[in-house]
Amino acid sequence: MAGAGVSIRGLWFTHAHAPAPALRDVSLEIAPGELVGIVGRNGSGKSTLCLALNGVVPHLLPGERIGSVVVGGIDPATTTVREMARVVAMVFDDPDAQVSQTTVADEVAFGLENLGVPWGEMDGRIRSALTAAGLGGLERRDPATLSGGEQQRLAIACAIAMRPSVLVMDEPTANLDPAGRAAVFEIAARLHRDDGMTVIIAEHDVEALAEHASRVIVLDAGAVVMDGPPAEVFGRIAGASDDGVAVPEVTSLAARLGERPGRPMPVTVDDAVAWLGDAG
Amino acid sequence: MSEAPSPIVEVRNVSFRYGRNGPPVLEHLDVEVPRGQVVALAGRNGSGKSTLARLLNGLLRPTTGSVVVGGLDTSRNPPRRMAAHAGYAFQNPNHQLFASTVAAELAFGPRNLGVAEAEIAERVADAAARLGLEGVLDRHPYHLERGARKLVAIAAVVTMRTPVLILDEPTTGQDRRTSAMVRALIDDLGAGGTTIVCISHDMRLVADAADRLLVLDGGRIVADGTPRAVFGDLSAIARAGLAPPQITRLALRLPKRAEPWPALTVDELAGAVRHGAADAS
Repeated sequence: MAGAGVSIRGLWFTHAHAPAPALRDVSLEIAPGELVGIVGRNGSGKSTLCLALNGVVPHLLPGERIGSVVVGGIDPATTTVREMARVVAMVFDDPDAQVSQTTVADEVAFGLENLGVPWGEMDGRIRSALTAAGLGGLERRDPATLSGGEQQRLAIACAIAMRPSVLVMDEPTANLDPAGRAAVFEIAARLHRDDGMTVIIAEHDVEALAEHASRVIVLDAGAVVMDGPPAEVFGRIAGASDDGVAVPEVTSLAARLGERPGRPMPVTVDDAVAWLGDAG
Repeated sequence: MSEAPSPIVEVRNVSFRYGRNGPPVLEHLDVEVPRGQVVALAGRNGSGKSTLARLLNGLLRPTTGSVVVGGLDTSRNPPRRMAAHAGYAFQNPNHQLFASTVAAELAFGPRNLGVAEAEIAERVADAAARLGLEGVLDRHPYHLERGARKLVAIAAVVTMRTPVLILDEPTTGQDRRTSAMVRALIDDLGAGGTTIVCISHDMRLVADAADRLLVLDGGRIVADGTPRAVFGDLSAIARAGLAPPQITRLALRLPKRAEPWPALTVDELAGAVRHGAADAS
């Protein structure tokens, strides 16, 4: 399952009854197989943008949409959320709200049944999705007895069992402990690297994004205000005095010590060790 | 002759299991918290942090041992009485919020405690200002986005002005600006003498706000000290499933430069690096 591209042109969206647009003139081209981070303060439009990719916006969350969204060749507004689920899978921040079945395997099967996947194919898909999410061997467990981190990996297994071309995660690690957080990012990185899946992650954990994403998009008041490699984007934010978007602490350190012309700003601990090692 | 102030929280040889035959969640815990201390509780999911927090405000009672908060033994006092001593802001605000406006949510706790209406209004305004909720007091909590809903849950406990305040993952879903508000709230209340127990995976918050860091693993305390001392032992904290803030992880990769060590903040490490560079020249 190769990744699909995402093409957004001049997208405006105003939720029904909302006083102001949640998205303002967003244009983005995401190539198949990219791992992209979306950052921005709360209320900047990250969640709305995520939901515009699978058609929940505007089908289930109505409002006024202008512009176009094309994911894997389809505009989500012109098809059903159910059809879009074959192309785009979503993972949210609250894994326990996503669980409804009595065993881990049934949880994954549930979504596949909804898609009408033939019985003969199910077992194989369930097994490979659970293995990819690091849950092999837990097929018979009751999802309610899993840890928060395991539940979130189950939500990812459910998502990737659908064999989507695009995986969209909205603050997937917000409620997880550090080990659970690291596991989610490693799974995302592996799907991107080994399977060529397009992965889009909206996150406040900029240090994890800096580690894994090749590109970071910054939203502010519904508009794209920055878009580039993590070193460039976080370097620019660290140099400005913006209180809305966090940057990796090592990037703040480098900004404090003074940029080095021609050297990318560090965004990971390894980067920073090298950056400081070249000092003086 | 002066006496050491008696601790406001005394956890004595506490073990806890859910139900008669459940596995032990906490084993032989001893913790004393002096009045006004800001204590962070950290550990992987399932380490017993939230159970300990619920024991402190009387929502749970120890299987064996005793928990005494503000001189009241939680096993001998109803949760309602304990709630006046230890307020608890839940991790998931949806488990806590039920009023139809933010203002009503913030007024509910103090009204229940019998606080006069004029003072309730003053407390609501104060808590709303601290957490940036002035503009949403008339809104329904469920119409707010999740980060704001969490702030409402915190504010609803802050208005009770309990001597002990327990915050469960207060910065989850917060951005940089609102995280800073939570941090300022902890600083202000702590400086004012409120004892704060803060469960958090947010090691930046822990480093900035806590006087003391308790690390739980498998129902036992595996580290107890200042955040700097605890973060300095990288292998111990890694065994408990945690990692120090990114800047401290960097500091620990560099040759030791200057006290305080390891650096906990960007300012500290920037100072140490400049100092080191000056030494070398």
